[in-house]
Amino acid sequence: MAANLRNQNQLLSKMAIGDGHGENSPYFDGWKAYDEYPYHPIDRPDGVIQMGLAENQLCFDLIQDWLMKNPKASICTPDGVLNFKDTAIFQDYHGLPEFRAAMAKFMGKVRGDRVKFDPDRIVMSGGATGAQETIAFCLANPGDAFLVPTPYYPGFDRDLTWRTGVQLVPVVCASSNNFKITKSALEDAYREAQEKNIRVNGLLITNPSNPLGTILDRQTLKGIVSFINEKNIHLVCDEIYAATVFTNQHNFVSVSEVIEEDTECNRNLVHIVYSLSKDMGLPGFRVGIIYSYNDAVVNCARKMSSFGLVSSQTQHLIAAMLSDDEFVDRFIAKSKERLDKRHKDFTEGLKQVEIDCLNGNAGLFVWMDLHKLLKDQSFEAEMELWKVIINKIKLNVSPGSSFHCSEPGWFRVCIANMDDSTMEVALSRIRDFMHQNKDQNTEVKMPARKLCRQSSLKLSLSRGKVEDFMSQNNMSPRTPIPHSPLVRART
Amino acid sequence: MAAQFRDQDQLLSKMATGNGHGEDSPYFDGWKAYDKDPYHPTKRPNGVIQMGLAENQLCFDLIQEWLMKNPEASICTPDGVENFNGRALFQDYHGLPEFREAIAKFMGKVRGGRVKFNPDRIVMSGGATGASETMAFCLAEPGDAFLVPTPYYAGYDRDLRWRTGVQLVHVVCESCNNFKITKSALEAAYENAKEDNIRVKGLLITNPSNPLGNILDRETLKGIVSFINEKNIHLVCDEIYAATVSTNQPNFISVSEVIEEDIECNRDLIHIIYSLSKDMGFPGFRVGIVYSYNDAVVNCARKMSSFGLVSTQTQHLIASMLSDDEFVDRFLAKSKERIETRRKVFIQGLARAGISCLDGNAGLFVWMDLRILLKDRSFEAEMELWKVIINEVKLNVSPGSSFHCLEPGWFRVCFANMDHNTMEVALSRIKTFMHQIKDQNREVKELAKKTCRQNSLKLSLSRRRVDDFLMSQISMSPHSPIPQSPLVPART
Repeated sequence: MAANLRNQNQLLSKMAIGDGHGENSPYFDGWKAYDEYPYHPIDRPDGVIQMGLAENQLCFDLIQDWLMKNPKASICTPDGVLNFKDTAIFQDYHGLPEFRAAMAKFMGKVRGDRVKFDPDRIVMSGGATGAQETIAFCLANPGDAFLVPTPYYPGFDRDLTWRTGVQLVPVVCASSNNFKITKSALEDAYREAQEKNIRVNGLLITNPSNPLGTILDRQTLKGIVSFINEKNIHLVCDEIYAATVFTNQHNFVSVSEVIEEDTECNRNLVHIVYSLSKDMGLPGFRVGIIYSYNDAVVNCARKMSSFGLVSSQTQHLIAAMLSDDEFVDRFIAKSKERLDKRHKDFTEGLKQVEIDCLNGNAGLFVWMDLHKLLKDQSFEAEMELWKVIINKIKLNVSPGSSFHCSEPGWFRVCIANMDDSTMEVALSRIRDFMHQNKDQNTEVKMPARKLCRQSSLKLSLSRGKVEDFMSQNNMSPRTPIPHSPLVRART
Repeated sequence: MAAQFRDQDQLLSKMATGNGHGEDSPYFDGWKAYDKDPYHPTKRPNGVIQMGLAENQLCFDLIQEWLMKNPEASICTPDGVENFNGRALFQDYHGLPEFREAIAKFMGKVRGGRVKFNPDRIVMSGGATGASETMAFCLAEPGDAFLVPTPYYAGYDRDLRWRTGVQLVHVVCESCNNFKITKSALEAAYENAKEDNIRVKGLLITNPSNPLGNILDRETLKGIVSFINEKNIHLVCDEIYAATVSTNQPNFISVSEVIEEDIECNRDLIHIIYSLSKDMGFPGFRVGIVYSYNDAVVNCARKMSSFGLVSTQTQHLIASMLSDDEFVDRFLAKSKERIETRRKVFIQGLARAGISCLDGNAGLFVWMDLRILLKDRSFEAEMELWKVIINEVKLNVSPGSSFHCLEPGWFRVCFANMDHNTMEVALSRIKTFMHQIKDQNREVKELAKKTCRQNSLKLSLSRRRVDDFLMSQISMSPHSPIPQSPLVPART
């Protein structure tokens, strides 16, 4: 057996036997608890509620309604079957022209038509997952680095670094200024990379932010564009949550708008990653998009798209749906409205038990501040609290450390992947827990950095057990964990 | 402007500025001619007929009929829409269980039920294109090599090498023994690699073969399995054309069958690449499959499949279609029959025109032998002949050199991507062309008797012009797509 393993290690690539895939992480415990006993209003009312999946389930009624009225959108209906053959044999990596035209139009509408997108710059990819990897392959050589502001989506570690050999260098953002991406943070990260002899090739931002649920203000975005021009490095903007901006007070400002106004900007440095997974709630359809202002990148990414084209059956459906202007306008408006309401209801529910969230107006989640509940300001304490939330409150949320947050105590809580009643159940559990906590402790609130011990929250995890927990990896091909964060292509 | 180009080269990766994508090749001339003037029976009866695309267009009537009877196969019909939400949200890289089961069952049926496939080993990929690349990422380091018998599908150069850094080392196969993959050819290639200090990690075979249109006999396949076990290297079998084998003898023998009988074989070395692009005619749906007997490879390939999962809309459709046993049995039978008939008629037509093909009973093409038409035994002569075929005979066929064939004069000609009438038009053009050549040859012979001069087929292309032609690059701007170029479709 040992000889077999040794042989295996020689037989496979380093890439295959290493853990660049990112799944050897301690964050599977929450998923396992959910998989073992998932919430159901009738069958398992005390099951674990899934709040770790950034899905948008609020507008499927609108889509289904549209499908029933538009049978031509499918190549399998009597109305649409005439297109079946041509669609089935179409494998041109330029994509169906109508698909590209519809995507470009949709992206414009999502930005309030403040900017136009050129269909000839729309390039397909295997979801946003594939888009990120392709961008890294196009822009950087193995060993080069991208700067990424923390906290960030953990999938980036795999998408940008696993098969490409590219590195990620964190740009540390702090809660003291609401995790703003400051010029000094950018400069610090850039300089640190240089000191380590790491060549920085680009900066990757997610706007609206996952996990923060905030949008970049215009000034910050312009500052970022200046920074990358000054350093002559690329700017990759993941705008996958663009249509999830729900309040009208602050409009979403896309990088595409900023560069229209900035005549100094070298457009060859600017690239957008997009997808329909969040804005339309269609992650299963694998509609990833690279939109680059650099002709050579469009060209190269297009050739690479052969490794992850969008199914022509799906291109056909999306082309039909997104070229229906009336439907798209209505969908975008309704979606924002429902997200807004869901966000309000949830954050107000949290406020009632004195739980704060970062002030946000976008995304499918809130960035919840639980640092006051920590035994001490450490990541071990965060993990302990997380286990309590999973096992006692029965909610699967995502701890900030999984997003490389530099401060413990933050949790991302997804709120758009469930109906209103389930959200109410989640809120009532949180309320109950906080009330119990108050009753049991004379002093729930701790000053930051003071190491007070809390009797009810303290779980006696020895250091050893924490390490065991962190190195656990039960991943055989025959025991899938269907809802694990990286099993799904995106969380 | 020059400063910008320099800037670009520094701005982008080596991968992006190099030509590992394989599209800077002289083979676009045929595609351009087709794109400018594509054949149409009434509108452009003198246009170029596309015979360079290995597509299977012979059975769409069966599929359409099935679709009309099975509305729940679509998540967009009243019958199927209740599945819409679940499918739209499902992004688990294990794939829909019903999809994996249906594919496993289909793969078994394609092999006549002689072997069973395990649904838990079915891993998705972005078409066979993505499957080949994933295999290279899993099995080899940058700089390592795969052995590949020539001639082979041109896309492998990109799929296995471009982003992986893996190399391909040719196993030279020759017409004198029908391009058989011999033990000595394998050993020679392996030794060559060793001498160049290149570490060989595996052998990649395509069975049935593209472009040869034949299948490996049992002895050869067993010899190959022995070879890779002896060298402790991987065997990757691209069986994408498995269902295009005619029902006559010999039967298709899959590597999956051979290893069932061979208890000595280390199964951790065996991997199959599959797709629905050829057997079902669905290249647009990007249904690529990696099937490995090595657990660690299944695991790794599955994680990598995140970069190229099959759309769940399509998984749902395929699961539905391929779990209909009666339909599948009927489809496979009819498809084989129609491909076989088409192949027979085409080969007979060629024979009547005086052209022979490599003996074969598989694939969506024939491997045509035009060596007698070459001015001389050179690849320049092959290119010249190719230009004549495109510009005068008006057929876009694929020259053997584009498949790394080491002998000039062979051409791959696809016959399943058109209707019967178009094929007849193609055959008549070939017949006419061959008669013209015969007449010209007769005149030449008579002239030669008088003047001792040979070969009126010699076109006076100077050496430099040929070089120019070979070196010419097509301008590939993002705004001027060449829709039918060989590498623009994900697979040819």
